[in-house]
Amino acid sequence: MSAGIDLENVSCDFGTFRAVDHANVSIKPGEFFSFLGPSGCGKTTILRMVSGFIEPTQGVIRIGGKDMRGQRPNQRPTALIFQNLALFPLMSIWENIAFGLEVRGVDKATRRAKAEELLRLVDLPGAADKMVSQLSGGQKQRVAIARALAVEPQVMLLDEPLSALDLKLRQHMRAELRAIQKRTGVTFIYITHDQGEALAMSDRVGVMSHGRIQQIADPRDIYNNPVNGFVASFVGENNVFEGDLGAVSDGMATLSTPHGQFRARINAGVSGKGVKLYVRPEHTIISAAAPPENGVHGTVHEVSFEGAFIAVHAVSDSGMKMVAELRNDGSQVVPAIGDQVWMGFDAQRAAILPDADTKR
Amino acid sequence: MQDLIRRYGLGLTGLMCLIVAFWLLMLVIIPNITLFESSFRPYLPVTEIGGPRDTYSFDNYLKVFDGSIETTFLGIPITVPVHVMTFFLTIWYSVVVTVICFALAYPIAYYMAKIVNPRSLPTILLLLFVPLWVSEVLRAFAWWIILAFKGPLNSLLLFIGAIDKPVRWITDYDAVMIGLVYTYILFMLFPLYNAISSLDTNQIEAAEDLGAPWWKIHWRIVLPHAKPGVASGSVMVFMLSAGSLLVPSILGSTTSQWFTQTIQQWMNDALDWNTASAYAFLLLFLCTLFVSVVMWIFRVKLSDIAK
Repeated sequence: MSAGIDLENVSCDFGTFRAVDHANVSIKPGEFFSFLGPSGCGKTTILRMVSGFIEPTQGVIRIGGKDMRGQRPNQRPTALIFQNLALFPLMSIWENIAFGLEVRGVDKATRRAKAEELLRLVDLPGAADKMVSQLSGGQKQRVAIARALAVEPQVMLLDEPLSALDLKLRQHMRAELRAIQKRTGVTFIYITHDQGEALAMSDRVGVMSHGRIQQIADPRDIYNNPVNGFVASFVGENNVFEGDLGAVSDGMATLSTPHGQFRARINAGVSGKGVKLYVRPEHTIISAAAPPENGVHGTVHEVSFEGAFIAVHAVSDSGMKMVAELRNDGSQVVPAIGDQVWMGFDAQRAAILPDADTKR
Repeated sequence: MQDLIRRYGLGLTGLMCLIVAFWLLMLVIIPNITLFESSFRPYLPVTEIGGPRDTYSFDNYLKVFDGSIETTFLGIPITVPVHVMTFFLTIWYSVVVTVICFALAYPIAYYMAKIVNPRSLPTILLLLFVPLWVSEVLRAFAWWIILAFKGPLNSLLLFIGAIDKPVRWITDYDAVMIGLVYTYILFMLFPLYNAISSLDTNQIEAAEDLGAPWWKIHWRIVLPHAKPGVASGSVMVFMLSAGSLLVPSILGSTTSQWFTQTIQQWMNDALDWNTASAYAFLLLFLCTLFVSVVMWIFRVKLSDIAK
């Protein structure tokens, strides 16, 4: 069983500080939805409002269509996984998992059986009688997931649960979480500041900044078609050119900058002077000869080998630092430090975007 | 030690150690040993001390069994030695004081540790400490005035209409209970506060999120975590109550007798320091035994309390 969540015009103030500003989002039943943003952007506040620890200052939160105003956390069909997991250290693993059932008056034998079943689901059989302190970080993670699943929530809320794990384990748990979500069909709301995590796991991502939801889209769209400069630069790297807008036609525009004249796609709502053009490093092309358009001449000053790709850092003749990422498959000639090169990009791969949406 | 010498020099360090050693030896260890030794010797005229009748025995300890009274226990009439009766009443009422202190201190400690805005905490602590600036004698005496039959408490209750005739507060052990709870509640409050404030608030929220009602959160999460604090607070309140002399003397009624008062009567009225010592050590040993048994029942280790 899973339920959808609707946030209708939800705002939350702490004193004079507005933590969440008019959030509108509709999360479908069974969806894996991530809120992505830097710390202090309001994503945890949204999670705590959905779980019921904070009441919205205005707006309505519905879970499965039901208005949640005035419902305490213990009355909501949600289960929250805390950043520090908040396992009960004085209880054994199975008692931890069965706590939600104990509260509901389920008898001991049934509780124990359910705990064992959930331990198998999270791939941790035989840990029932251990204590929390005997488990590793990844195992504690699984216990926390099992404990939340035990109450058969319609919505699982996860507050950066992987942030304490090391890189390898984190990548493993990403896949694990995704698999558990698919197996159980429960709606997941995931909070993270790690864009890789959000893009890899989610069906859809909501990117947040300064309490406002900037963009809601599937991971590909977030990365390939960011709606504004904040989303573009928070989700991935960019070479950014600032200049004055020229002619606009058919969604394409020219931009005059101190580094040259460029042509790129343009989003609605951008006009005037001091606008910015964003192009990803992997879409930046390095060549010996000048490209037909969007070319910048410069000197390579650093080449760093990153494994899957090679990052070429160059400074244009006009003094701007740029990065191009070349695939490490031998298909391209890797320039050496000090080489004179042309850096360019396809007009379709670059976008002129407005700044972040911060209006009240 | 090395650190102390380096910091204060050999002379000052030596002086400090000497003072502490003097205090320990002359004011704690030697008096206790002397009392312990004399508790096994009979009370004799000065001329006979060290004479043939001055031998070691348990006679002083066995005096608690002298002189019985008739009473009822759970409706069954029984005959109990007077001092044994006093001893059990002292233990019983000390337990009651401990339980009342816990019941009052737990909500306050939880409020201070988890609910109150940290900015107003210093004010609350100050309010709790202010009464301690007044001497214990004066505070007990103040309660004696407050609880008097024609005292301010009865006047207030009559005025607001809570009672229609004055209540006799200073009767049986009632006023002693009130005085002891008042005097020792902070010894329960602070260990509890320390224990509860070390609990991760996320655990309380996690329990609530999993559907636990408030009492279940306290029973399964907060109380087990606070157990060492409950234990050390209870041990302190119990031992201090059982060993209190001032409060039972000032707030006691004609029908109340605390075991420490019996000791004092042996010492001051009967001038029999030997029996008084024996009674004092009896109280110490039996209270320690009682506390140990209770700790064993509740599976609390001594090292938990030391935290």
